[in-house]
Amino acid sequence: MSFRNAPLAVDHERDKSTLFTAEIRAEIDAHIAKYPPEWKQSAVMPALTIVQDANGGWLTTELMDDVAAYLDMPAVSVYEVASFYGMYDLEPQGRHKVCVCNSISCLLQGSEELIEHVEHKYGVRPGETTEDGRFTFKEVECLGACRHAPAVLLDKTYHENLSPESLDKLIDELE
Amino acid sequence: MVPNQNTVCFRTMHLDEDVRHTLEAYRSIGGYTQWERILRERPDPNDLIEEVKLSNLRGRGGAGFPTGLKWSFMPRTGPGQKYIVCNSDEGEPGTCKDRDILRYNPHQLIEGMAIAGYCIGATVGYNYIRGEFYEPIARFEGALREAYAAGLLGTNLQDSGVDFDCYSHMGAGAYICGEETALLESIEGKKGQPRFKPPFPAQYGLYGCPTTINNTESLASVPVILEKGGQWFLELGRPNNGGLKLFSVSGHVNAPNNFEVPMGIPFRTLLEMSGGVKDGKALKAVIPGGSSVPVVPGDLMMDVDMDYDSIAKAGSMLGSGAIIVIAEGTCMVKVLHNLSHFYMHESCGQCTPCREGTGWLARVLHRMLDGKGRPEDLELLESVAGRIGGRTICALGDAAAMPVQSFLKHYRHEFAYLIEHGRPMAA
Repeated sequence: MSFRNAPLAVDHERDKSTLFTAEIRAEIDAHIAKYPPEWKQSAVMPALTIVQDANGGWLTTELMDDVAAYLDMPAVSVYEVASFYGMYDLEPQGRHKVCVCNSISCLLQGSEELIEHVEHKYGVRPGETTEDGRFTFKEVECLGACRHAPAVLLDKTYHENLSPESLDKLIDELE
Repeated sequence: MVPNQNTVCFRTMHLDEDVRHTLEAYRSIGGYTQWERILRERPDPNDLIEEVKLSNLRGRGGAGFPTGLKWSFMPRTGPGQKYIVCNSDEGEPGTCKDRDILRYNPHQLIEGMAIAGYCIGATVGYNYIRGEFYEPIARFEGALREAYAAGLLGTNLQDSGVDFDCYSHMGAGAYICGEETALLESIEGKKGQPRFKPPFPAQYGLYGCPTTINNTESLASVPVILEKGGQWFLELGRPNNGGLKLFSVSGHVNAPNNFEVPMGIPFRTLLEMSGGVKDGKALKAVIPGGSSVPVVPGDLMMDVDMDYDSIAKAGSMLGSGAIIVIAEGTCMVKVLHNLSHFYMHESCGQCTPCREGTGWLARVLHRMLDGKGRPEDLELLESVAGRIGGRTICALGDAAAMPVQSFLKHYRHEFAYLIEHGRPMAA
């Protein structure tokens, strides 16, 4: 077999009841329950998402180590996942994430104008956070909202058919 | 009015927008009658698979592989756990149809997954939904809760002895997980890097167990196929191109939208339904099946019908049914650079030709747009694209190469002009 698909179970010998909060543990446990008992690691992606959301939108090495301990995974496997998928952030983030789609359908409908507008008005390049920490600006690949392009994912909500003015209005409403 | 519009995956679309995703709404149009009939009558799964084969339903994710045939590869009576996995990792640029199935008709997808599970001997199903789809995930999970509460999912359903559990699995931003074996790796808690095939998932899939992976639209079509018959579905479209298909029309049109219409509908008709080319401009080009397929010049496209065979004759592919319309005045170098940048960003890094080649393509195109193109760049692009295609584990390499080859075939003069003059021809 050219690929490994046995779980990489390791025991970190840490008291799991000290990891995260009870609420977060319950959320992660609900995901673990979806998968075969020996495949706890299947819950790594939702676990990272939950932990990231509770930590202001980014993952520290300590948090990734905790996820590894909680799921009996090697830490390096968690780092691999966290660095592979685009929705995990390994650096501090602004209070909000403004993700402008710049794939082909959005490009054809003016996403570049949105990007240039944000760059000039707020003084941030893609990947950067505004000085006041209000939002991190991201240029992302296809959001799958092509029929209402251009689209922006603002935190967890899609906003579609945007113009620089309507995007401004959304950003103005951010705390 | 196109006949039979919105009668398969979009058959809840005429209902009130606030409630059309609920169990009650789905029941009101005959939802779950097929699943309940199966639980009641326990038909021979082979008969159901034959019905799906007759319908000529072909994989709606882009590959177009016959769904019934795929199901028949499963060792359904063999020992051990088997899985049905739905691919809702929609991310092919231009494609936005599965999102609307999840948002507006999630129960039909659940019913389709349950039926597919019964046909292939799987008692567990996972729906892999891309992480950005917060609202669609919430809709799908809400529908799962309703279905469990109504005794439509779980164990020994309605005293039939049939078990079927269904779960969602959230992605986290990786286009490559739409490739079915990368998707399996991702569910197993790993980087989404495609597996070598063989072994195919039907022999060795999720957790090493026999697994079938189908697209959202494919699975959501199944309940209607069983209700109205494979022959009915086949006749909605054309021979070898059965059924209705969801087309996402985006780009330079006045009214971009999703349309569920018969396979084989003339492109011309879909363009009219989308309000025509934006600002009354002429049609320059069309990418007819998602960003991975070859571009077709506008005048040629106007005579093409939207089915697998007709589009193949025009030198492209139906793919995911995402039609990207490009108006006169658009710089094709810029369009290609956007596509190449996407594949560079989304290459999983596993195979050298793709990891390195997609970067070369994007950087050379970027250099051209910067006015620093070199005369030898056209041959360089062709050479790099030619060395990616067919030399990688999965199809992402081909997907990155095909646009380059087709853009250079049809719009070579624009690339040459840009290199010579340092500015785009269309500007």
